[in-house]
Amino acid sequence: MSHKILNSIVLVLWMALIIFGAAGLIERLRHGHESAAYGSYVVWGLWVSAYVYFIGLSAGAFLLSSLIYVFGVKELAKVGKLSLFMAIVTLFMALISIWFDLGRMDRFYMVFTSPNFGSMMAWMVWLYTAYTLLMLVELWMALRPDLARWAGQEGWRATIGRVLSLSKGPLNEKQEQSAGHWLRVLAAAGIPLAISFHGGVGALFSTLSARPFWHTPLMPILFLTGALVSGGALMAFVVAGFWPKRDEEYRRMVEYLGRAVLGLLVFDLILEWAEFSVPMWYGVGGEYALLMTVLFGPFWWAFWILHFGLGTLLPMLLLVLKPKQPWAVGWAGVLVAVTFMTVRLNIVIPGLIEPHLQGLQNAFVHRRLTFHYVPSLFEWQVTLFVVALGLAIFYLGRHLLPLTEEASEHAR
Amino acid sequence: MGMNRREFVQVGLLVGGAGAAGAALLIKTNLSKETSDPTGAATVRRLPVLNNIRPQENEDMLVRMQRELVRAMAKPVEQRHWRMVIDTRKCIGCHACTIGCVAENKLPPGVVYRPVVTEEFGEYPNVQLRFTPRPCMQCNSPPCVPVCPVKATWKRPDGVVAIDYDKCIGCGYCVTACPYNARTRDLGEYYTDGAAVGATREPDRPVLGPHAPWEDKPNNEYAKGWDRRNGDSPAGNARKCHFCLHRLEVGQLPMCVTTCVGRATYFGDGNDPESVVSQMAAKPNSMRLLEHLQTHPSVVHLI
Repeated sequence: MSHKILNSIVLVLWMALIIFGAAGLIERLRHGHESAAYGSYVVWGLWVSAYVYFIGLSAGAFLLSSLIYVFGVKELAKVGKLSLFMAIVTLFMALISIWFDLGRMDRFYMVFTSPNFGSMMAWMVWLYTAYTLLMLVELWMALRPDLARWAGQEGWRATIGRVLSLSKGPLNEKQEQSAGHWLRVLAAAGIPLAISFHGGVGALFSTLSARPFWHTPLMPILFLTGALVSGGALMAFVVAGFWPKRDEEYRRMVEYLGRAVLGLLVFDLILEWAEFSVPMWYGVGGEYALLMTVLFGPFWWAFWILHFGLGTLLPMLLLVLKPKQPWAVGWAGVLVAVTFMTVRLNIVIPGLIEPHLQGLQNAFVHRRLTFHYVPSLFEWQVTLFVVALGLAIFYLGRHLLPLTEEASEHAR
Repeated sequence: MGMNRREFVQVGLLVGGAGAAGAALLIKTNLSKETSDPTGAATVRRLPVLNNIRPQENEDMLVRMQRELVRAMAKPVEQRHWRMVIDTRKCIGCHACTIGCVAENKLPPGVVYRPVVTEEFGEYPNVQLRFTPRPCMQCNSPPCVPVCPVKATWKRPDGVVAIDYDKCIGCGYCVTACPYNARTRDLGEYYTDGAAVGATREPDRPVLGPHAPWEDKPNNEYAKGWDRRNGDSPAGNARKCHFCLHRLEVGQLPMCVTTCVGRATYFGDGNDPESVVSQMAAKPNSMRLLEHLQTHPSVVHLI
């Protein structure tokens, strides 16, 4: 009974979220960028940050699934399919976020028809196109044996199974082996692909010599680590919170994920220390001033409270003190995964708020020509719409596809 | 689970093949730095302007620059290199160039090609002002060009960095790449959107209307009529100063040059040793903005 009430509450909240978000979407489609707060000097804002954030989650979840398939991590063997699916969902969220940011949404295809392979952005688009295709085939290989088993049964599962597995009944042993074989091959080939495309997202920023805040060789490494931390944390949360069967194996799985997240958090903290301490150490220079703005400027709380307190310290404490408790790992996971958005915002926006030519902000005054940026309500609406959409796809996938152990069991 | 030898080889082939294809694309891109503009004799303009005005001593600088412009246009495009020299000591901070440019190119809100940066030095009674007009620097090593994912921007043979509005997807990457903030983003807005067009019977309730029809007049950038209605380009695109290429084509100086009250902006062909820009750019008090970034601007400031 209480389960039912909880479900209805979640549904009502989701409906509120998607209606609130859809209002922003309609505004975006009808009036373009009119209600957005970014402009000509701070050209990128919430949506680009959200894009970087979601694509990081995707790369992280994907790398986790690949490690499972390629290296055969026994403790996590069953998380592979769910990780892969999460990687696809978050990639989709990333791509629509960045699509809304384009000045000409109708011309996105130009990156395919007229690519400049000297541009990091063109590389990024081509690499994540390859990544999308690879993931779709890989997920199909991972799910096909179970889907084919569904195909032989009755009810809605049979229909889904038949359509998606392209098979009328269970696969024979040879077919199953072949699916497993190609799954491993694609998972392994996906590792360098995911590293290059997400490192490439970091390089997209760090190759710009005009932006000293971004122009650091550490950036691609920082992006990859961030992806692993946030994607791993997301998976720890999803497994801890949504795994159907709460047995001993589940507890071992969650503990393993928790330990991985803790290790990655520590490594990320070391990189972050380098990122802040090196430019700031002697207290002089342009980057010193920018980092001081990040740490003690008007949005100090985004760094100290959201990122450092809730996103780093508290999860670390939970993971160190209660490593065997699924609730602790789940909370640590969701805290890290959600608050990681502040890290992305603190990379994208400070890089743009400092003019090289002092006084430019007063030269020709307009609200689009300032170096001050706070995301508008409309921008949040569009991002929340993307979140609501992602949640819906996750929900549907979890219920309609054999992504977890329970679902696979229906197949036997 | 875990991988066997055969799988490992297949992975190697997949990754190696993709890597080789990527490397080939990268090399091909970096070897061929093609431009989208025509070059050669066909680009020569025979402009009859000023043929009947003889050069004379102490003539207006605009007349001299006009004559040099016609001379430069008689050469194939790759043999001229447009330069601008701005004498900050002669600039009075009137912003006529900024506004002239806005009018000429019909710039919408949030887009400005040539703002004038005003700096104040010292404390009373020792106070000084410095005005620094900032057009596009038309860099010879432009950071904005190689970042474009769709080849929508390039360096022309005459030195101007151009944008193809029909190609630009509006990603904003070039805007972030320019250290001078010389590229701006056209977000499809109008100055008069929501302006009062009438009054209701209630005294304090004006009727707000759509933007004024004069904002729909197409501009003439790159010698093509651009109509932003219905969100068409250049709405949604990156935009920048192009030294008024469309005016040069018909023998007119850039708008900012002709509107400069103090004659502080010089413009002409840097490949012509007789031109005023060539002479002015060689002065010892010339400097380039953010010279340390090694963008090698075509615009020089005299201080």
